[in-house]
Amino acid sequence: MSLFVNGAQVPAPTDPRVSLLDHLREGLHLTGTKKGCNQGACGACTVLVDGERILSCLALAVQFDGRQITTIEGLASEEGLHPLQAAFIEHDGFQCGYCTPGQICSAIGMAAEAQRGVPSHVTDDLGGTITLTREEIQERMSGNLCRCGAHNGIVEAIQAVLVEGVPA
Amino acid sequence: MNPFQYARADDAADALRRGAISGAAYLGGGTNLVDLMRETIARPDQLIDVTGLPATIAETDDGGLLIDAAVRNTALAEHPAVRMRYPVLSRAILAGASAQIRNMATVGGNLLQRTRCTYFYDAEGARCNKRTPGSGCDAREGFNRIHAVLGASDACVATHPSDMCVALAALDATVHVDGAEGQRTIPFADLHRLPGDQPDRDTVLRDGELITAIALPALPTGARSAYRKVRDRASYAFALVSVAAVLQLEGDRVVDVRIAFGGVAHKPWRATKAEAALRGQTITQQVVLDAAAAEFAEARPLRDNAFKPALVARTLAAVLTDLARGEAA
Ligand SMILES: Cc1cc2nc3c(=O)[nH]c(=O)nc-3n(C[C@H](O)[C@H](O)[C@H](O)COP(=O)(O)OP(=O)(O)OC[C@H]3O[C@@H](n4cnc5c(N)ncnc54)[C@H](O)[C@@H]3O)c2cc1C
Ligand code: FES
Ligand code: FES
Repeated sequence: MSLFVNGAQVPAPTDPRVSLLDHLREGLHLTGTKKGCNQGACGACTVLVDGERILSCLALAVQFDGRQITTIEGLASEEGLHPLQAAFIEHDGFQCGYCTPGQICSAIGMAAEAQRGVPSHVTDDLGGTITLTREEIQERMSGNLCRCGAHNGIVEAIQAVLVEGVPA
Repeated sequence: MNPFQYARADDAADALRRGAISGAAYLGGGTNLVDLMRETIARPDQLIDVTGLPATIAETDDGGLLIDAAVRNTALAEHPAVRMRYPVLSRAILAGASAQIRNMATVGGNLLQRTRCTYFYDAEGARCNKRTPGSGCDAREGFNRIHAVLGASDACVATHPSDMCVALAALDATVHVDGAEGQRTIPFADLHRLPGDQPDRDTVLRDGELITAIALPALPTGARSAYRKVRDRASYAFALVSVAAVLQLEGDRVVDVRIAFGGVAHKPWRATKAEAALRGQTITQQVVLDAAAAEFAEARPLRDNAFKPALVARTLAAVLTDLARGEAA
């Protein structure tokens, strides 16, 4: 049984109790993904599985046999930071940085959802296309809390990359 | 977390075979079960992962939809047929939890997430008849702002937390289950139980029974539906109360109305008394408030939650007047 983390094949834990979060951090020493609440309430542990954002603290690692997992460590390339990483720096999208890996993975998942037309709680027309307004981004990112209150910068960074398409 | 063995079911028959063993539990997205296992409130010794079972949404011959239990909450909310024909269901799902949790959560798991309250979670500090039958209930005399006002018992005043289930109650859905005694269907309103003196049992499912699908009947022609949730913060919070409604008018008279409330009882609450009071009427604020009053005639509020009947009544009035004007989605 094995998972693929940031493109590399890695073994699944032998104890099925190990969460995907603990497996990433303790088993694979990929400590970029953070443990905030460990109970689904903060979003710090958000990672992408086959491109979809999920909470790794409520996921058992054994459930992800053969799946592609992307963490914050997998985003930068040889050319440099991922555009969202750069935009978070540019727009002061963090203070302590603890929520940031989750915020960035979540924003990438959100972009894919909006692109395929997934509506949100604040979308007026369930049948229409999605425009990522400030209000839409705030609602769609509500699963990622920031204790430092950097939300304004977070929304601005996301808007800059996903809406204005300005490569940072 | 207690030790357990993990197996991934290939199909429903495989799941049922493995699930027949005492101490086994089915695993969906894990967003409720893994959390409860970590707190050692749930202690299964076999986990049968049912997320690999079929996950399709199919049209039925009677113009409805058949939704497999392994369909993820996001997939259901975004499905074109659900958005167009059952907006109340799309809206209810999108009002729940967070995008990450909706991506993980399955339909089966959403239905069977525990009816619960904060005292249920507080294994070290609080008595709870649902967690430990016979131990007492600290919510009754405690902080009970979020608790039930209808259908509660001395033993338990917890509420069912799902938004999706409130919509399914209003839509007259049917739950398809399979088990040792064969397949059966359960009307949605009968799936969840009131606590009575057995609050440890949330539903009428038998040991080892597997939810395989949910069937939605076609809505009456011209019927409109909507969901509204009232909560302490604008997003990512459980409902204080919520309202799901399906309304069919002829001229300005109500021909058919189906209403369910969330946050008021141990189960999604189908408001049949309010429905009866509204049939044949023209929707006005006062007519709806009176209908809600009929539903809450037997409400038994606790110290902190006496605001709920009036809040539900006003929310229902807002939802139905919007639907009557053709405004809500
Ligand atoms: C922080 C947080 C906030 C939340 N906020 C909301 C909210 O605002 N609104 C809301 O509605 N919900 C909310 N939820 C709850 C969430 O919707 C549920 O946890 C989720 O729907 C459960 O689905 P799951 O697939 O993860 O279930 P699991 O946790 O996998 O399973 C739940 C139960 O269902 C059983 N089960 C699963 N599938 C089947 C099946 N096919 N047949 C028989 N039994 C089965 C399991 O054995 C278990 O007992 C929140 C959850 C969290 C953690
Ligand atoms: S650590 Fe997973 S949601 Fe908080
Ligand atoms: S930057 Fe500190 S928690 Fe968000």
